[in-house]
Amino acid sequence: MKNTSLLGKMISHREWLLGAIIVLMLMGVGYIAPFFVTPGNLAEAFDDTSILIMLACAQMLVILTRCIDLSVASNIALTGMCVALFNVAYPDTPALVTLILSIGIGIVLGAFNGILVWLVGIPSIVVTLGTMSVYRGFVFLISGGEWVNAHEMTPQFLALPRATFLDLTVLSWIAIAVTLALFVFTRFTKTGLSIFAVGGNPKAAVYSGINVGKYQFITFCISGAVAGMCGYLWVSRYAVAYVEVAVAFELQVVAACVIGGISIAGGIGTIWGAALGAIFLGLIKNALPVIGISPFWQLAISGLVIVLAVIINSRSEKCGGRRILREAHQ
Amino acid sequence: MNRPVLELRNISKTFPGVKALDSVELQLYPGQVTALIGENGAGKSTLVKVLTGIYAPDGGEILIDDAPVTMQAATDAKRHGISAIHQEAVMFDELTVTENIFINNQNRNIFGLLDWKLMRKRAKTLLEYLDVNVDPNIPLRELSVAHKHLVSFAAALSVSSSIVIMDEPTASLSHHEIQELYRLVRRLRDEGKAILFISHKFDEIFEICDRYTVFRDGQFVGSGGIADVTQDDLVAMMVGRTVSQIYPKEQTTIGDTVMSVKGLSHPSEFADIDFDLRKGEILGFYGLVGAGRSEVMQALFGLTPTSSGSMELNGKPFKPRTPGDAVDQGLVYVPEDRQHQGAILTLPIFQNITLPQLGGLSRSGFIDMAREYDVAREYATRLQLKASSLSENVENLSGGNQQKVVIGKWLATNPNVIIVDEPTKGIDIGSKAAVHKFMGELVAQGLSVIMVSSELPEVMGMADRVIVMHEGRIAARFERDDMTAEAIVTAATGA
Repeated sequence: MKNTSLLGKMISHREWLLGAIIVLMLMGVGYIAPFFVTPGNLAEAFDDTSILIMLACAQMLVILTRCIDLSVASNIALTGMCVALFNVAYPDTPALVTLILSIGIGIVLGAFNGILVWLVGIPSIVVTLGTMSVYRGFVFLISGGEWVNAHEMTPQFLALPRATFLDLTVLSWIAIAVTLALFVFTRFTKTGLSIFAVGGNPKAAVYSGINVGKYQFITFCISGAVAGMCGYLWVSRYAVAYVEVAVAFELQVVAACVIGGISIAGGIGTIWGAALGAIFLGLIKNALPVIGISPFWQLAISGLVIVLAVIINSRSEKCGGRRILREAHQ
Repeated sequence: MNRPVLELRNISKTFPGVKALDSVELQLYPGQVTALIGENGAGKSTLVKVLTGIYAPDGGEILIDDAPVTMQAATDAKRHGISAIHQEAVMFDELTVTENIFINNQNRNIFGLLDWKLMRKRAKTLLEYLDVNVDPNIPLRELSVAHKHLVSFAAALSVSSSIVIMDEPTASLSHHEIQELYRLVRRLRDEGKAILFISHKFDEIFEICDRYTVFRDGQFVGSGGIADVTQDDLVAMMVGRTVSQIYPKEQTTIGDTVMSVKGLSHPSEFADIDFDLRKGEILGFYGLVGAGRSEVMQALFGLTPTSSGSMELNGKPFKPRTPGDAVDQGLVYVPEDRQHQGAILTLPIFQNITLPQLGGLSRSGFIDMAREYDVAREYATRLQLKASSLSENVENLSGGNQQKVVIGKWLATNPNVIIVDEPTKGIDIGSKAAVHKFMGELVAQGLSVIMVSSELPEVMGMADRVIVMHEGRIAARFERDDMTAEAIVTAATGA
């Protein structure tokens, strides 16, 4: 009954399959362009992927509850602009305070999505499609369409994500910490378990005394908090804040989740899957130019991989189906 | 007698169009098993949902230890020491056994994090107490239906409760497992718990219950000690009428074989299905939930591919690859789940009825609306559909009328064989009678009907022959004259 072949196991344990593919890709790229797999370059590629990893892990929680948060990229732009303007107005603010401020703004934006989903009962795709535009519009309103450039930002503001510790940037360390924290959250807290329950079987969740809407709200708050924090990290890493920051980035975030084996139907997924999905996309983005493949191929390859991932997802869901007949040897 | 630990007074609950509970009462006593008896639709499951905080009652009082309480959510029930084993599978297939057991009742370690080590240990102990041999670390979806059911028992027992509700706990258990369950119920009773045992199997009720309460059509009929009544008394209270009155079985002349199925098998869902269907007969398919009946029907309708076997319809080989093939050859399927499989709720009645034959009603790609209306009107009249207009959306109809639309939709294709899956599930008594009467008329007109049903009285009342399935295979066959309730149930449970 159980699929014991190596391939079957790989398919049912998406993390291993993805991990193996990533290692194979690294070996392949390393063969053509050895400098790519030097520790320094890998650290750089990881730094470049950090924001995507964090957003994918947070998005996964939302998707687990059968929702989706399309407003994360606009949240990044709005929060990023807010903290950049704040930095211009109050240059003496320590970077850590700015970081906390960005998380706070992000939570508010996420909670707004969550309230519309929970208490007003609007489908999340509609809510976040709306707030995606609303938040992006606010960026224009508060900035007047102007850019905040590097020379207007204080050195402290710019330094935080770039500072290095043990050969990795602080941005990379934050991504690792967020991933670990969300792993503990999903595996070892009542809220985390309830999130799986809500998406796995909402009806059974109600019978178990779990308030479906409340947990959806919580995941939107988490997604908002992470997006807000990434807003500051993005603006300071690229040293510029403007209206079009991170445009369409939400699609990459959702793609990372799908590649990582998170079921769009809810209830199935792991933090490792989401993180590896993001790393996979980051690897494609960073490795393909190195081996001389056009950026347009990157888009096509990412797209193909997403379709492939969805096919594998639906296969593995079929494998685990209900069986009525007893096995012959019983 | 001691005082009741739980008492319901004048509890009512109304749904649009249906009074599910009408001023009912109930008392549960510590150390006693109380049977709640009633036909399907009598209000038993609604009562369980009221007791567990899923539904808020419209009126009446709930008293626990003589103090009035309110139940707003499932957590309230838990707080008042009520735990329930629900009839429907309200579990999480993707979570592990341990996670399912402790879904809302977790242990934490000193850091406030979930203590899976302790919970796995407790899960193991609970499963051992229940005598279930399953690994608490595997996902629930890998378990059989019976084992899933037992895991839900473990979940109910993981909470310390004084009141345990069991909603048809034996429905999916084998004979041996039922004996184990009885032992468990007695043990819980001897521990002083008040148990509400919902069942419509009389042998169970007389075997382990101390008291009974009977509901009929949402109303309280009577209660008392089980020792003071006979089975006939209970049946009289439950139905208030006899079986032949409820089921208007018409005498029909049964003709030649219309369809024959030989050795039909599927890799995982069913095997070796053989049967013949004759003109003008109703062939009943009985079995427990999950016995594979619907899967067989879906294979006949071209929805599920088969691995081996052959079928003939009207003397010609029948191998439908899609439902369209099946409809073209004169076989239609009225599915169990109206809302998901049967009707398109957001479309009007007339479009639902004509959906399977739009090709025939179109001229060069454009639908002839006038003819569409004519066809719909004809079948709406034949089925006595109650609706303000044929342009009304199906979602606004009552359950019984929705079912009529779904049946009408398939009849309009002029089939020879019609498969109805749980034709009267979840519809009110009046509509049930109309659906049954209509099935009688269909066979009288020379159609052949395959009726899948989990309601024993319906099967026994309507079918000319009954095939009983158990775990994907045919367990027994009965002719109308030699079917007894006991024999059918025994075959279905694999005992």
